[in-house]
Amino acid sequence: MNGIKVIFKKELSDHFSSYRFLLLFAMIVMVSLVTVYMAGMGITKDLEGVAKPKFVFLMLFTSSGMQFSLVQFVAFFGPLIGLILGFDTINRERNEGTLSKLLSQPIYRDAVINGKFLAGVFIITVIMASVMLFISAMGLMTIGVIPGIEEVWRMFIYLVISIFYISFWLGLAILFSILFRNVATSALAAMAMWIFFSFFVSIGANAFASALTPDAGESDPESAIRRARIEKALSLTSPMELYTDSTATIIDPMRRTPRSFIQMGFMEQLSMARFSGPLSLGQSVLVVLPYIISLMAITVLCFAISYAVFMRQEIRSL
Amino acid sequence: MEQQKAIIETQELTKAYNGQAAVDRLSFNVNEGEIFGFLGPNGAGKTTTLLMLLGLTEPTAGKARVLGVDPARDPVRVKGMIGYLPENMGFYRDMNAWQSLMYIAELNGLSQDAANRRIESALRTVSLLNESKKEVGSYSRGMRQRLGIAEVLVKEPKVAFLDEPTLGLDPDTANRMIELVEGLCRVKGMTVLLSSHLLHQVQKICHRVGIMINGRMVAQGQMDQLAEEKLGVGREQYTLEEIYMKYFREA
Ligand SMILES: Nc1ncnc2c1ncn2[C@@H]1O[C@H](COP(=O)(O)OP(=O)(O)O)[C@@H](O)[C@H]1O
Ligand SMILES: [Mg+2]
Repeated sequence: MNGIKVIFKKELSDHFSSYRFLLLFAMIVMVSLVTVYMAGMGITKDLEGVAKPKFVFLMLFTSSGMQFSLVQFVAFFGPLIGLILGFDTINRERNEGTLSKLLSQPIYRDAVINGKFLAGVFIITVIMASVMLFISAMGLMTIGVIPGIEEVWRMFIYLVISIFYISFWLGLAILFSILFRNVATSALAAMAMWIFFSFFVSIGANAFASALTPDAGESDPESAIRRARIEKALSLTSPMELYTDSTATIIDPMRRTPRSFIQMGFMEQLSMARFSGPLSLGQSVLVVLPYIISLMAITVLCFAISYAVFMRQEIRSL
Repeated sequence: MEQQKAIIETQELTKAYNGQAAVDRLSFNVNEGEIFGFLGPNGAGKTTTLLMLLGLTEPTAGKARVLGVDPARDPVRVKGMIGYLPENMGFYRDMNAWQSLMYIAELNGLSQDAANRRIESALRTVSLLNESKKEVGSYSRGMRQRLGIAEVLVKEPKVAFLDEPTLGLDPDTANRMIELVEGLCRVKGMTVLLSSHLLHQVQKICHRVGIMINGRMVAQGQMDQLAEEKLGVGREQYTLEEIYMKYFREA
């Protein structure tokens, strides 16, 4: 336990004094400010002379001001935060010859991974929490609405899921820093994973689903539904998809299901339109729980592999 | 001679990489308070042996005991009792010497008071007290090596493993390093296991040596004894280099 604490403390002060953290932080804050400013302007314009809907405040996060909403932004660029924080965790110490020194102190090997991971999670929490606070402050200024208790809860849950999501990428980056001795290689491998999950999984899922269910035209809604189901199931192998689906329901209470509309029957859609009251918080959480658990499960898997590899690795530097 | 207590014992200790033995059925003892020189060419298996004794590498076969503990079973306890200076040791460049030592002290669970006291005394011993607030990145190789020794001292260990402590140092600096090590053994009663392939540098301080070639220890004992055995000459007419070459040709 002492080992984890000491390593955590050291890594944290390393992060806070690094240019990497400073630049990352500045970049994220800039982008989210711009996004939210635009979103806020859009919302005020749309709401002029209209009765205020419930959960206006949450629209700050989901309404796409310029190109994308904050939720989309974090889904796409959030992984970069995790990757940048973690891609050289172990291999840099190995290359500089400090790893053998560190491991010859009376600590367990996993304390090194754990301490460094937790320090990264702390940094991620700091970044995400300040982004959310910035956005809320901006929101108060631009749309002049005070969030209700439930909205605050939803924002908090969104924050927690985002931290899990980015921590998964941190865990993946740490795994690569164990697998590859060369820092450039591990950075590239992590980027490759990011691109793969961002683009290829959704394209691949689409292509695969089309191949499995030949298009029978509009006359066959059954096969269209089947295709959509297959596509969805495949794209759930991507953490981005898990994240977008789970946060969407939390931060956008009008959504009842993380599934797309095409999978619902006609009557189902009708009734949704008729009773378009928001899902209660508890129900929202129930809907997304499986996604959150999947997100945690893949993070744990990353860790299990990291431990297994690191425990057996030779630690000498050359 | 009185019966001495063995602090390190190995029995048939073996490490194989991909079926190739890097350390081959090694059995030797190191007694309390002595400087044991672990000598041999590059690739002889010296570093591998030290790593096994520290519990950083699992032996393929055989047994080892360090201060009565099996390093393969309880590596954390063994690592707490041994100070280790790795070959090609690295440092955190943006820390200064004091911070580096503080990190080591904290990892060893020392209290703030004890840490400060030990760090100061370690820095004084290796004469780095005046440079302790400079970043390690600006240190010369000799200073870094001395800082490495200070990191060993902060643990106040009973046993120190020094892997090639004179590697890459100029003769004068190497000499001072060797004298420093001798002083530690004499003054603090520390047991030192020291590996080197630079025999002339270490021969004057080793009480006993073990000569390792290709993973096997071909000879061990006091240098006089080895010289007589192999060269048939008496004291003062040999260098360790000569004894060593003799064994090397036979192997
Ligand atoms: N991780 C490894 N994988 C395979 N072979 C290794 C590994 N580490 C060391 N060896 C081999 O073990 C032998 C002993 O190496 P080492 O203990 O470093 O020698 P020394 O310290 O005496 O120079 C060498 O032949 C080296 O090639
Ligand atoms: Mg070596």
